Amino acid sequence: MKRLNFMMATALAAGLIAGAAAAQEKVRIAFIDPLSGPFATTGTQGLSIYRHTIKELVNEPGALLDGQAEFEMVPFDNKISAKESLIQLQVAMDQGIRIIAQGASSGVASALTEAVAKHNRRNPDDPVIFLNHSAVDPALTNDKCQFWHFRFDANADIKMDALTDDIAANPEIKKVYVIGQDYSFGKAVASAAQRFLKEKRPDIEIVGNELHPIGKVKDFTPYARKIVGSGADAVITGNWGGDMVGLGKAVMGAGFDKPIYTYYGATSGITAAFGEEGDGIVKLVGAGQVNPAPSPDAQAFIESFYESFPDLDLGQPQMANVAPMLAAAINEVGNASDIKAIAYALEGMEHDGILTGKTVMRESDHQAIQTVTVQGQTPGVTFEYDKSGRGMNAQTIVEMASKDSATTCEMKRP
Amino acid sequence: MALFLVNVLDGFVTGLLLFMLCSGLTLIFSMMGVLNFAHASFYMLGAYFAYQISLVTGFWAGLLIAPLIVGVIGALVERYGLRRVHKYGHVPELIFTFGLALLIEETIQFFWGKSQLPFSEPAALDFAAFSIAGNAFPAYKVFMIAVAMGIFLTLLYILTKTRIGMTIQAALSYPETVQNLGHNVPLVFMCVFGVGTAMAGLAGVIAGPVLGVFPGMAVQLGSIVFVTIVIGGLGSLWGALVASLIIGWMQTFATAYNVTAEQVLTAMGFTKPELIWDHPLQDLWTLTLPQLGPILPYLLMIIVLVLRPQGLMGNRES
Repeated sequence: MKRLNFMMATALAAGLIAGAAAAQEKVRIAFIDPLSGPFATTGTQGLSIYRHTIKELVNEPGALLDGQAEFEMVPFDNKISAKESLIQLQVAMDQGIRIIAQGASSGVASALTEAVAKHNRRNPDDPVIFLNHSAVDPALTNDKCQFWHFRFDANADIKMDALTDDIAANPEIKKVYVIGQDYSFGKAVASAAQRFLKEKRPDIEIVGNELHPIGKVKDFTPYARKIVGSGADAVITGNWGGDMVGLGKAVMGAGFDKPIYTYYGATSGITAAFGEEGDGIVKLVGAGQVNPAPSPDAQAFIESFYESFPDLDLGQPQMANVAPMLAAAINEVGNASDIKAIAYALEGMEHDGILTGKTVMRESDHQAIQTVTVQGQTPGVTFEYDKSGRGMNAQTIVEMASKDSATTCEMKRP
Repeated sequence: MALFLVNVLDGFVTGLLLFMLCSGLTLIFSMMGVLNFAHASFYMLGAYFAYQISLVTGFWAGLLIAPLIVGVIGALVERYGLRRVHKYGHVPELIFTFGLALLIEETIQFFWGKSQLPFSEPAALDFAAFSIAGNAFPAYKVFMIAVAMGIFLTLLYILTKTRIGMTIQAALSYPETVQNLGHNVPLVFMCVFGVGTAMAGLAGVIAGPVLGVFPGMAVQLGSIVFVTIVIGGLGSLWGALVASLIIGWMQTFATAYNVTAEQVLTAMGFTKPELIWDHPLQDLWTLTLPQLGPILPYLLMIIVLVLRPQGLMGNRES
């Protein structure tokens, strides 16, 4: 009996080894973002974009190490808490994952980039790389920059640069109202707006600049009255989530019919909530574009995304760059385990982004430079958001936006 | 002056909406001594049901049917939940309603997801009723005012002028005596709970298009509702109305005027320190009234509790 067991075990082990050799190597990426709670849509949408990109652009074409390896996303739910994220980071590292992706909330990103830097200082032979796909606080690639952090989204300053280009080109705008949530990102948006407007259109008067408590305002009507009362010709806001919906609906309900420039005024139910009223009024500044699709390849890529994930939106085009750029870096190094070499390969990499045009991972601060677009809510676009019959259409397209922008980053390289 | 008038109207709408929630809560409290933590969740249920119904039949059917469903659910909760817990005392009741609130929120997220739902006002009311100095006042808000006033007058009439109202009021103060007189007091309780939650549901239906339909909508209003009934006096309908209007106006006006701490302090004769960004009192000097707005109701509640613990219109110590 004992003997039989032993034989079976041997056979089983042999089978396993043979199986492992036949299968491709899995290169795992830990995806640490909110997958439950009020911001779950953001995380779920991000994860689906990663999975789609990996399938379409890396695994199926065999683009990683000549098809010898495949990417695999391993989701970790951080409930959008910095503390929880650090625990999940530890869990991911314990599982042997050395590639970390995160993006929702700059607060979480700051905590992670510090934790990653600390880990890498203590374990120089076993480093971890942090791919930030959407946290946009400028500090992450300025004062807080570090070698192991790479930002794929355009930061708040770059977006404001493109946004104010659009405003500067519109001579009808003479008064601007800036309103945002009372925390680091809202303040960063407000100060960038002031700086760029002063530089590009000194004649524009900023008639309002205020911060409201984040997530606490039940009814934005009084704010809307102030905005209308100020005679503003445009509104700039960095609001997201419920604060974006509340502000947008109140402002439009108060009879404001001029442009509302936003960072996050679309998808996740927001486009549907604005509906017809927002057409021609709501603008969004972001990396890349979905409408119109920049190329036939992009068209096919977006179409198959909506086939695979009919309930979600391709709301963050820059996220489609992370996996292909990482794959290119791994191919250059020749293996997926030398994280340091991979990080060096990513630095300065040029990439033809499927939705973001020519994209460069700037060497000086690890900030991706790519096409940034100002999009307007338009009915009847090819790829609609929230199944609402309307979506965001690129109107002002800035290629290689802010490619020469200054950075205070003093990168220390290992 | 024009802006002042607009703000008076906006504050009135906010106050009346708050009142629709508070009236049910305060009635339930005065009858059963139960602080229903799940009250705002019934408000949320109303909005979600109305959204779902509106997909099939349009807004108006939702307006009628959703509060009815919510009221029936409320009555069932009282009959098969609260009444059983009641005999164990007030603390288990509190915990029961608290748990119910969490349960409702999770259930809603399970069925409708976590995003905002596109619930908008009916097309018939989607126009500006009038506008004051460029500020449009939506017809929908006029409608909200009408519904809330209608509810208030109906409630007032039923409670003070009809036989049912007399029974309710009597059951409120002397439940045993009323029971001995042959009235079915548990049934009265169940009905009051049902009607109270139905009103919360109705508030949800009419607030949904304005304040948004999302899983956090109950939490957002939950605490302010309790503050309102404490200020108004637990169990007092008039108190709930007065307190709701005060809070509505207070919040609207606080947000509408950019009074800064700097102006106030300078007027009081203090001088602003030159290097304000490194100053220990930086936060005090840079404070503005809109930032202070959300905490004003809580401040008012503390003042009321200190000076008049039974609330503005409350007539009994609880």
